[in-house]
Amino acid sequence: MFDITSYEEANSVQHAIDLLAANPQAQLIAGGTDVIIRLREGKVSDANLISIHDLDELKGVSIKTDGTIVIKPVTTFTSLAEHPIIKQHLPFLGEAVSTVGGPQTRHVGTIGGNVCNGATSADSASTLFALNARLCITGPSGIRTSTIQDFYKGPGKVALTHGEILTAILISPKDYLGFSGHYIKYTLRNAMDIAMLGCSVTVKLGIDHSVADFRLAFGVAAPTPMRCLRTEAAVKGHHFSEDLVERVGELAVSEVNPRTSWRASKEYRLQLVGELSKRAFRKAMSKTGGKGV
Amino acid sequence: MKTKKIQFSLNDKNVSVEVDVRESLLDVLRQKFHLTGTKKGCGVGECGACTVIMNGETVDTCIFLATWADGKVIHTIEGQTIDGQLSAVQQAMLDEGAVQCGFCTPGFVMSITSMLESGKEYTREEIKKELSGNMCRCTGYQNIVKAAEKVLQSGILP
Repeated sequence: MFDITSYEEANSVQHAIDLLAANPQAQLIAGGTDVIIRLREGKVSDANLISIHDLDELKGVSIKTDGTIVIKPVTTFTSLAEHPIIKQHLPFLGEAVSTVGGPQTRHVGTIGGNVCNGATSADSASTLFALNARLCITGPSGIRTSTIQDFYKGPGKVALTHGEILTAILISPKDYLGFSGHYIKYTLRNAMDIAMLGCSVTVKLGIDHSVADFRLAFGVAAPTPMRCLRTEAAVKGHHFSEDLVERVGELAVSEVNPRTSWRASKEYRLQLVGELSKRAFRKAMSKTGGKGV
Repeated sequence: MKTKKIQFSLNDKNVSVEVDVRESLLDVLRQKFHLTGTKKGCGVGECGACTVIMNGETVDTCIFLATWADGKVIHTIEGQTIDGQLSAVQQAMLDEGAVQCGFCTPGFVMSITSMLESGKEYTREEIKKELSGNMCRCTGYQNIVKAAEKVLQSGILP
């Protein structure tokens, strides 16, 4: 038996908010693939759980009339990757979440849980950073929207106050239409591992086949997922070339702040930042089918 | 502690059971239904020995709360052998010598069965990726992958 002190099943978002408000110790559980493991390993005890596992209103992917893609947080990694909207518009996000754990984990674990855990290594995070994702957060006083950058506060810390729930991840058409992308997860093993470094690149070609837009985001290169804005600025407007690729690798290293952990040293991670940013850039460019690639 | 009465389809039979909300689905399957073919290995969703097929997808039951099984359709290893007749996946595992100590075998059978039921075609690399959530300490995986390849190529439904 897991060390669960209280357990409630929410039957709506409002019900979940009310249940959270009624219990200051309570935490949400969605897929449970992190929460239950922490319970089992004794990292969490006396858990007060509010389950949103079966809350259908928090599942699925849709497109609003203005083109905004809406990803509900309790969508599993598998159903996200297989969703026709994701396959059509954000295949690289589907590829990114298909690197999480093994199939059994991806069938149960959710993208909202991945984001709300606040882990810099979250496989969805760097791509969501590159997509300028906005997060819809519903709480006792209504709905607010946060950028994903403002949501990550530190290792394991996100900007959710007690009683607030992530209710949607929004991607604007200006951030995905015409973009190609690529995510590289660098790990010790080919599966069932946490990223030693995660690198996500999205690119959009201009009419003259120059790089009209370019986003470079990393996981595990800093305490939170991050963007390399100076590198991005240096790339935009230029034509793709091997020199430009080299420039990305050099600049990216100057923007990150990785630490040493048992998985890898800081120096190794810096090496990876330089190398993976180049590889992801090349790969993302090749997916655009643009000239000169 | 709080209990909940849940109903679900277990190996094509409707069942109902009272579960403690702190229980894993694995413990309920093993202790309340005595379906001990589903193995308790790592307990943290890494080894895949506790894999069942739920609503068509493989799930690690060790990290799945039993209360969430309400209304689901679940198949375990016990449902694979009908009237003493091994399923195509089980037979392929046997033919390829893919079983040594046998502890991981039910989980592998369920993962390969789920692939077979999907109707998709798999390359050898894709088979390996799909089996990455199952661990085996004895076989070195080669014979398991061979068994999966063989049965998936045959296209025989389980």
